[in-house]
Amino acid sequence: MRSHELIDKRIASVEEAVSDIKDGSTILVSGFGGAGSPIDLLHALLDQGAKELIIVSNNAGNGQIGLAALIAAGRVAKIVCSFPRSSQSEVFTAAYRAGKLDLEVVPQGTLAERIRAAGAGIPAFYTQTSAGTPLQEGKEVREFDGKPHVLEHAIYGDVALVKGRDGDRWGNVTYNLTARNFGPIMCTAAANAIVQVRSFVELGKLAPEEVVTPGIYVDRLVEVPSPLEEQKLLDAGIRRSPQ
Amino acid sequence: MSWTPWNNEQMAINIANDIPDGSYVNLGIGRPEAVANHIPEGKEIVFQAENGFLGMGPVATGNEIDYELINAGKKPVTALPGASIFHHADSFAMIRGGHLDVCVLGGFQVGRNGDLANWSTGAPDAIPAVGGAMDLGVGAKSIFVLMTHTTKSGEPKIVDEITYPATAVKAVRTVYTELAVIDITPEGLIARLMVDGLTFEELQAKTGTKLIAQ
Repeated sequence: MRSHELIDKRIASVEEAVSDIKDGSTILVSGFGGAGSPIDLLHALLDQGAKELIIVSNNAGNGQIGLAALIAAGRVAKIVCSFPRSSQSEVFTAAYRAGKLDLEVVPQGTLAERIRAAGAGIPAFYTQTSAGTPLQEGKEVREFDGKPHVLEHAIYGDVALVKGRDGDRWGNVTYNLTARNFGPIMCTAAANAIVQVRSFVELGKLAPEEVVTPGIYVDRLVEVPSPLEEQKLLDAGIRRSPQ
Repeated sequence: MSWTPWNNEQMAINIANDIPDGSYVNLGIGRPEAVANHIPEGKEIVFQAENGFLGMGPVATGNEIDYELINAGKKPVTALPGASIFHHADSFAMIRGGHLDVCVLGGFQVGRNGDLANWSTGAPDAIPAVGGAMDLGVGAKSIFVLMTHTTKSGEPKIVDEITYPATAVKAVRTVYTELAVIDITPEGLIARLMVDGLTFEELQAKTGTKLIAQ
């Protein structure tokens, strides 16, 4: 008799979850500032060693934690983001000024929609955002209803690193409060969506209407019961990633 | 006659008074955030934060602080009864889809045609960062701009044509400064409200484009 294997997306450790990420990968990283930033997965990626990475994330990291730690280690070739500046983004600023990484600044709504489009099978779309501004430079502009609109292309990820709250073995995920932000759309847009959650829960524990990211979008789920939080580390005066 | 410019609180009150009851409102980062503190008692306004939050309450204090419940400025806030949380593409669909009634933004310059510059001074060494400003600038039904009337060195910020890089074109409806409330209309820029004692000629002298007296 043929044996069958149950669907089980759970992975034992963050190290294992990121072990096969290749040099040059485009990595979608969830989070708005520290909220929803998958610091534990980012630190595992730091230890894993992949380089020449293209990072797509709303911000560019703070202190020397998470994304900033990857930049400080010289592992990021390019950042695609809406707002790289913050009170503690000196690692990004220094690397950018030194010409060590490329920056593509994208309006936040366009960034979100480009990621959503990738996950929804839409290769490009027109939007009014950035029409008539320097950020439309080099892009096709077309009028709809008498107003100029800019053509924007979908952003596909090789990998997504996302922070959720609860997850089950099918890969269904919920999110905590406004830590949701880019997580759900990034899971849909990446070939390999890796989600760290605080708790693995039994299949059936999450009510169907409670699931935010359906398991079909998730490839790997890893449990991190006490995730590192960027702002708490910074508040405690910890500016470097604990290794 | 002498005059005293409005302080930040009075400027916020001027804006709060212009927001219709029942409006859905997004407040930009920084100075505009103060508007939330001056909504008149009994006037129900729903605040949206671009990071996927509708029904945002006041800034969190003490035990309420949760770094996973934040506003667009990344400050911990509270959620009001009736609040909802959604992902970023939904949040910007709300913004770009024309569902917000009012957005209050800061400004470097406003042109007489309603062009807004508020994301970059164009300085060669500046780190470019746009956030949600361009999306808000095209998406909300009314764009209110809260800014000082002139730069620190006294240059007008309300001008014939903006010289800083644009955030959005023909976007601004009303400008709120420490001296006046100025509506941008097809007929021109109307000084609807001025601080007590300031003459129209004095206001005009501090403005880089022609105003119309109310």
